[in-house]
Amino acid sequence: MTDRRDGQAGLSPLPHTVSREPWDPYARPPMTADQQRFALASQWTLMWWKLRRHKLALISGAVLLVLYVCTLFVEIVAPYEQDTKIIPYVNHPPQAVHFFHDGEFIGPFVYGTRLERNLELMRREFIVDREDIQPLRFFCSGDPYRFWGLFDWDFHLVCPAEDGRLFLLGTDQLGRDMFSRIVYGARVSLTVGLVGVAISFLLGIFIGGLAGYYGGWVDNLVNRVIELFQSFPQLPLWMALSAAVPATWNPIVIFFMITIILGLVDWTGLARAVRSKLLSLREEDFTTAAQLLGAHPRRIVNLHLLPNFMSHLIASATLAIPGMILGETALGYLGLGLQPPVVSWGVLLNSAQDINAVAVQPWLILPVVPVIITVLAFQFFGDGLRDAADPYK
Amino acid sequence: MLAYIARRILVMIPTLLVISAVSFVIIQLPPGDYLTTLENELLSRGEALNPAQLQYLRETYGLDQPLVIQYFNWIGNALQGDWGFSFEHQAPVTTVVGDSLFLTIVITAATTLFIWVVSFPIAIYSATHQYSIGDYTLTFIGFIGLATPNFLLALILLYLANVYFGTSIGGLMDPIYIEQPMSWAKFFSVLEHLWVPVIVIGTSGTAAMIRRLRANLLDELQKQYYVTALAKGLPRGRALMKYPLRMALNPFIADIGGILPQLISGATVVAVVLSLPTSGRILLESLQSQDMYLAGSFIFWLSGLTVVGVLLSDLALAVLDPRIRLSGGSVK
Repeated sequence: MTDRRDGQAGLSPLPHTVSREPWDPYARPPMTADQQRFALASQWTLMWWKLRRHKLALISGAVLLVLYVCTLFVEIVAPYEQDTKIIPYVNHPPQAVHFFHDGEFIGPFVYGTRLERNLELMRREFIVDREDIQPLRFFCSGDPYRFWGLFDWDFHLVCPAEDGRLFLLGTDQLGRDMFSRIVYGARVSLTVGLVGVAISFLLGIFIGGLAGYYGGWVDNLVNRVIELFQSFPQLPLWMALSAAVPATWNPIVIFFMITIILGLVDWTGLARAVRSKLLSLREEDFTTAAQLLGAHPRRIVNLHLLPNFMSHLIASATLAIPGMILGETALGYLGLGLQPPVVSWGVLLNSAQDINAVAVQPWLILPVVPVIITVLAFQFFGDGLRDAADPYK
Repeated sequence: MLAYIARRILVMIPTLLVISAVSFVIIQLPPGDYLTTLENELLSRGEALNPAQLQYLRETYGLDQPLVIQYFNWIGNALQGDWGFSFEHQAPVTTVVGDSLFLTIVITAATTLFIWVVSFPIAIYSATHQYSIGDYTLTFIGFIGLATPNFLLALILLYLANVYFGTSIGGLMDPIYIEQPMSWAKFFSVLEHLWVPVIVIGTSGTAAMIRRLRANLLDELQKQYYVTALAKGLPRGRALMKYPLRMALNPFIADIGGILPQLISGATVVAVVLSLPTSGRILLESLQSQDMYLAGSFIFWLSGLTVVGVLLSDLALAVLDPRIRLSGGSVK
């Protein structure tokens, strides 16, 4: 010690200045407009700003928005009703939309087709007739349907020409337009994920909340149950449960049973997240303060703790949706769960089970495309949300 | 270490018991039993089972007993190696399940290896070359792999192979070996066919593993001990191998517990798509025809596989990391 003091004594003292101005401890440098905007912004605004910088997530969000708006108006978006059989156009290949005929601009149209029997190959073939030009009609009346099951209407976004046909993605074995069926299928497939996640979200918050807030033996019990659930491989469990749903039930009841099954199996991840967050938050001072003031545990959890990590939960829930959509698709493909005449992407893929049929009519496999697009969009969007979920970092 | 292993195995027993009970309850959920299915099938063919015969069958299989008694009968016999009788296949469950379960294990083990072997070097490259073109490309491919559902991937591969090569990539061995006893020739044939399902099932797991290992490694590369090691003149590769890599290795093994159920899930559908002789198709059929002992044993065994897998990964972790075997808990 003495050595150091000796050493310091050898140095010349630093220049010493004292400001005589009175010092106001509350005076702060004024914030710039930008800083002020940032400081006053709510948590959700901050999240939005952060999400906005994540271009891929933004694009994915837009794609999802378009998809979900479409599910509201499938009857209008699809050129045909889901069960309309356009006989004899069975197993018709997809038609390309053209704009020019012999170098002359006509606007969007398709060439008509003729059914011919190819006696060499012993099969029916559709020959494209390049003389038969069928211009598409837009905002038109076409195939009649019952809008939302409420009233009859025949308005469509796009229709085939009068007495013409429009098979953008071909037709199936019964002559139903695949594009229309995929659009109709979106209604079921996309809502399955939302409803399923809502169920697992509620279960996860409730059970995880119990475990995290009370801790002790409740926590132990919940943890054991979660471990148990997680050691079941999801898909076989889903298969077993949906095999238990009688196929004779009302399709709507079956739909809800399937979503409940999807949600029941999937809540463990969310419950874990809620639990670990609550465990750390309940040690915070504001929780103790609320407890000392005599607040009810439900009030503490709902009002003080949940908002702290709600954004996180929403992000994880978003990431859980694609799993459910895939679950439904897999079940539908296997022929469990939803059954025709209900149309979902999984049910549509069920006809792709026979790979030899797919080799001849490759368009049967097309429902794969919207599934992959949706799953990708949810992944990117959920990732962006998760990054944005903690704007203060 | 021994105490840790013993305790870990003891904990497993109640888990397995509960799993068996849950499996049993689930397969009892659908109204009716296999005999109802049988009756309906016969009726649709215009034949009828006479009631006395039905009653006799019901009594022999113990289907008239209360559920609890049926469960204890089943699990009691199961402990002695008798997993019940498959109505559909007219054979003991063990015979039906045995081979396909073994193949499921082979596929799952191969996929796990595949995930390790592929994700390890890619993750190291990605982490050490952060923000390089290679990193971006690999991350992007990983994203696609993560998002492409494996059974759709299988479907697309199957279609492409059918159209462009005219061959079927389905199956797990050359047709001549089906129904043959295990031999070296059959074994090699299986090896030849194994890569398709392994890639299909393993893609998303690999992608997930790459992302996690990359993130872990990036964290470790920031730490001072690594900077110190570099500052003291340790060559980069050696410093990497000696310290951060070992730290980042933990989740590499611990994650297997989480990935295993996914792999088995994936293997089930992919098996149906690619018509592999593993559990998928048989499980599906047994569920549809309410062949309860078969379905129940399947669900139990598939879940049991993951439990054992998690046990193995925990034990491996304990070997690797003294903190775990000394404190007794898992460090995550």
